[in-house]
Amino acid sequence: MISIRNLHKRFGDTEILKGVDLEIAANEVVAIIGPSGSGKSTVLRCLNFLEAPTAGDIRVDGRLLGYVETPSGDRRRLPEADLNRQRAEIGMVFQQFNLWPHKTVLENIIEAPILVRGTPRDEAVAIARALLDRVGLGHKADARPTTLSGGQQQRVAIARSLAMKPKVMLLDEVTSALDPETVREVLDVIAGLAKEGMTMLLVTHEMAFAREVADRIVFMDDGRILEAAPPAQFFAAPAHPRARAFLDKVL
Amino acid sequence: MNGFDWKVIVEWAPLLLQGLGVTILFTLGGLALGLVIGVAVAVMALSRHGLVRIVARAFVDAVRGTPLLLQLFILYYAMPSIGLKLSAPVAGILGLGINAGAYLAEIFRAGIEAVPRQHVHAARSLGMSSRQTFWRIELPQAVGLVLPPMANEMISLVKSTSLISTISIGELLRSGQIAVSITFAPLEIYLVVALLYLAINLALSNLVRVLEHRSGAGARGEAMRSLQDVGV
Repeated sequence: MISIRNLHKRFGDTEILKGVDLEIAANEVVAIIGPSGSGKSTVLRCLNFLEAPTAGDIRVDGRLLGYVETPSGDRRRLPEADLNRQRAEIGMVFQQFNLWPHKTVLENIIEAPILVRGTPRDEAVAIARALLDRVGLGHKADARPTTLSGGQQQRVAIARSLAMKPKVMLLDEVTSALDPETVREVLDVIAGLAKEGMTMLLVTHEMAFAREVADRIVFMDDGRILEAAPPAQFFAAPAHPRARAFLDKVL
Repeated sequence: MNGFDWKVIVEWAPLLLQGLGVTILFTLGGLALGLVIGVAVAVMALSRHGLVRIVARAFVDAVRGTPLLLQLFILYYAMPSIGLKLSAPVAGILGLGINAGAYLAEIFRAGIEAVPRQHVHAARSLGMSSRQTFWRIELPQAVGLVLPPMANEMISLVKSTSLISTISIGELLRSGQIAVSITFAPLEIYLVVALLYLAINLALSNLVRVLEHRSGAGARGEAMRSLQDVGV
């Protein structure tokens, strides 16, 4: 479903991604782990085109992300409207929740379906309420995001993303900013999504959770993928020495 | 010493109230023009194009760096030399609007920049266009943030209108001066003039406080939370 080929990303003189190749199948859950600064989050941000790749291909369902290919083989940046349509199909949840504080919980969720998809308001509200029930926050629809705990805000952020009915969800360290006691409630929501077959790519520091929910663990270091393996195999016997050293430190 | 002469006030009230009306009119005119210029220049200052940003920067620096009184003189007395003859009211509104616009532009720019980038990323990641993101996510939050500094600027504008008395516009201060020159009762007349300015500004700051309470709560709450996060 998602195919990343030779992805490079450079910020000024610093090369963050040095050629990343990754295939993600439909319904697959892939967890990217690795030390800070290894480029994990940058991969996710490129997948939503919040960062434009310096080089390489990202394809979603076979279609090139962010560019059009001309018959002569060149590529041009996709017009903004087309890029927005691509983005709408790729959900992203951030470490800092990023809910909009001037809107209620419900308004946060219905905003994009109404504006981007043209969903009638009543229908958007019904979808939003169903999603809030699903993440256990049906009673918070009219609350302001800032009055919620971190774990609650993150569950709203997940609901906001799901309201666009994305083909794939990108989760960028979604529990890193949470108090320990609220981490579990967010992980439970994600585990539920995995069970329902949502395709997900998650960057996480929660090794136990990655092992529990992921079909495949991808280990990144210094802008490259060094190892990709099913969790049982990866955690039992990591093949790459740097993966071994990393696991020794975090487990 | 003749003591305080109430009769003078009653007698000259019509002229002073007329001056008050003119002052309010020029405040509103200057504010309207200032808001348009302010938003336009703020958007220019945030432009992707370096040249546009430089033009905005130069405008703000030039206007803020010279006295309003001088700007009014240039508009009213100097412009005719290059064939641009402005009537006193036009020169007055232009001067006040351009001056307020430069200050408001800085306030708006700072307000828009204060909206966390991640809120914008969240909107873009959901497929919202940059225009939708600006109008629906950035601007409403910025409005909540800029209301307090905007109130300052509006109060300053009310007081600045007294400068257009120098290009022969009969606003509040000039009406007072005329009354004093005839009655020789500066204490009574100027006291009333002062109270009238104060009345406009108190009304204005209360209006802003109400608006702030209604629209700013979310954005300010977020700002407070950010401060708490970093341990303030």
